[in-house]
Amino acid sequence: MITLQWVYLLAGTVFAIFAALGLRDRTNARRYGNAAFWGLMALSMWAGDRLGDFGNGLLVLALVAIAGLGGLSRGTGNDQSAQRAERAARFGNGLFVIALVIPLTALAGTFVFKALPALVEPNQATLVSLALGVLLALSLGYARLRPAPLVPFQEGRRLMDSVGWAALLPQMLASLGAVFALAGVGDVVGQLVQQGIPEGSRLGAVLAYGLGMALFTMVMGNAFAAFPVMITAIGLPVLIRGYGGDPAVVCAVGMLAGFCGTLMTPMAANFNLVPAALLELEDKYAVIKAQVWTALPLLAVNIALIYLFAFR
Amino acid sequence: MWVLLGIVVIVAGFVLRFNPLLVIVAAASVTGIAAGLDLSAIIAAFGKAFNDARYISIVWIVLPVIGLLEANGLQERARALIGRMKGATVGRLLTGYLLFRQLTSAVGLTSVAGHAQTVRPLVAPMAEAAAGEQSDEVRAMAAATDNVGLFFGEDIFLAIGSILLMKGLLEQYGIILEPFELSVWAIPTAIAAFLIHGFRLWRFDRRSRPAA
Repeated sequence: MITLQWVYLLAGTVFAIFAALGLRDRTNARRYGNAAFWGLMALSMWAGDRLGDFGNGLLVLALVAIAGLGGLSRGTGNDQSAQRAERAARFGNGLFVIALVIPLTALAGTFVFKALPALVEPNQATLVSLALGVLLALSLGYARLRPAPLVPFQEGRRLMDSVGWAALLPQMLASLGAVFALAGVGDVVGQLVQQGIPEGSRLGAVLAYGLGMALFTMVMGNAFAAFPVMITAIGLPVLIRGYGGDPAVVCAVGMLAGFCGTLMTPMAANFNLVPAALLELEDKYAVIKAQVWTALPLLAVNIALIYLFAFR
Repeated sequence: MWVLLGIVVIVAGFVLRFNPLLVIVAAASVTGIAAGLDLSAIIAAFGKAFNDARYISIVWIVLPVIGLLEANGLQERARALIGRMKGATVGRLLTGYLLFRQLTSAVGLTSVAGHAQTVRPLVAPMAEAAAGEQSDEVRAMAAATDNVGLFFGEDIFLAIGSILLMKGLLEQYGIILEPFELSVWAIPTAIAAFLIHGFRLWRFDRRSRPAA
C-alpha cells in the first residue's frame, strides 16, 4: 500500500539533491547556508517521525536561525535566454504536453485511487497522485528532451533558491495555528466577539459574524481555524438559535466570508506570499494588493446574502 | 486574555517587515508563555505541529519538472502561443482562466492547477505576452485570479474539506445537514466572485489600453 511516507521519502530526496547541488554553487556567497537549510528540510521529510517532538522543534529553530539571520542567498547563475528560445522552437508544443502531465495525473489519480482503496490510502490520493505525476513528467522529460542527468535538479534548485525561506512559511504558519489552538486563542476571541454584538439587532449580529469571520481568518491565515470559533461565538447561539437562521446559509456563506479574509492576509502565505516569491515580484505583498478590491465587495455580498436569505 | 499577545506580535512583525519566520517563532513563544507552558513544551508542541504539517511542503517536488521545461523554453513557447492569437488581452485571458479554475474546482479538481503547476510556467507568461510587456502587475493579477477561482469554486464541491468541516461541526450541536444543502449555498457567491473579479479584469484592459 502506497502511503504518504513514500511521498515524504521522495520529497526528502529532492531536497537533499537541492542541498548537495547548492553546496557546489560557487556563485552563491552563502552556499553553506542554503545547503544547510535544504539539507534540514530533507532530514525533516526523511526522519521527521523518528526525531521526536522536541527534536523536530530544534530542527525548526535551526531552520529559522539560518533564514532569519540572513544565511540564505542565491547564485548569480547564467542567462541562457538565447538558448531557451532556440530550444523552444525545436521542441515546440511538446513542452506543453509534459507540463500537463502533472495536473492530468493528479486528476486521473484522484479518481482511480478512490476506486482502489487497497492500493493507496484514499484521503492521501491527491498527494500520492501529485508525486506520481512529477515522476511521470520527469521521465517523459528525460526521454523527449534528453537533458544531462542533473539539469532538472539544477534548474529546480535555482527556482527553489529564488523562493528561498518563503517556501517554509505555509508549514510554519500551520504549526503556529496549532500552538494558538493549544493556548486557547480561539476561545478568548470568541468571548470578545460575543461582547461586541449589539443587543437586539439582527443586522448587527450578521455584520459581527461576517466581519468577524473575515478578520479572524486574516489573523489565523485560514478560514478553517476561524470558522469553529465564530460559529460557537455567534453563528449558533445568536444567528441560528436566537434569530432562527437557516444553518446551511449561515455556515456556507459564513465560510466564504472567511475566504474573503484569506485573500487579504500575508498569514495565508501559500496563496499570497509564495506566489509573489515564485513569480519573482518586487513587492511581496503585490498579490494581496491585486486581490483586495475583489475581496472587499465580495465580503459585502456575502454579508448581504446571509442577511437576506438566512431568515426567510 | 494574555494569549492574544501572540496575535499582536504577528501583526506588528508583519507591519514592521521583520523576517516572517522569526515573527512566527516569536509569536508562538509569546502565546505559549502566556498560556503557562514552559519553553521546552512550546518547542515540542511546535515541532510536533511542524512534523504533522509536512504534507504542505510536498508541492515543491514539482520544481525539477518546471525547471527542466523552463530551461527548454516553456515560458517562451507560452508567450508565442498567445502572441499568435488575435485579440488576446490580459483581461480576456485571465477571465477565461478564472472560469476554468472555478469550474474545475467546483467538480473537485482543485489540484489540477496552482501557482507552481500552472501560474508560473503557463498563465503568467501568457498574460505578459498578451500585455506585450514584462510586468509585476500582470503577474500579480495572474496569481490573484488563480486564488479567486479556487476559493470561490471549491466549496460547490460536496466532498471538499470545508464542507465536511461544517457538517461535522454542526453535528456536534445536533444539527444534521446534507453536504448538498451547504454546497448549493456556495453558488451565489461563486457567481458574484466571477462578476466582481471579471469586472476588475475588464477594467484592467481598459486602463492599460486607453481607447485610441
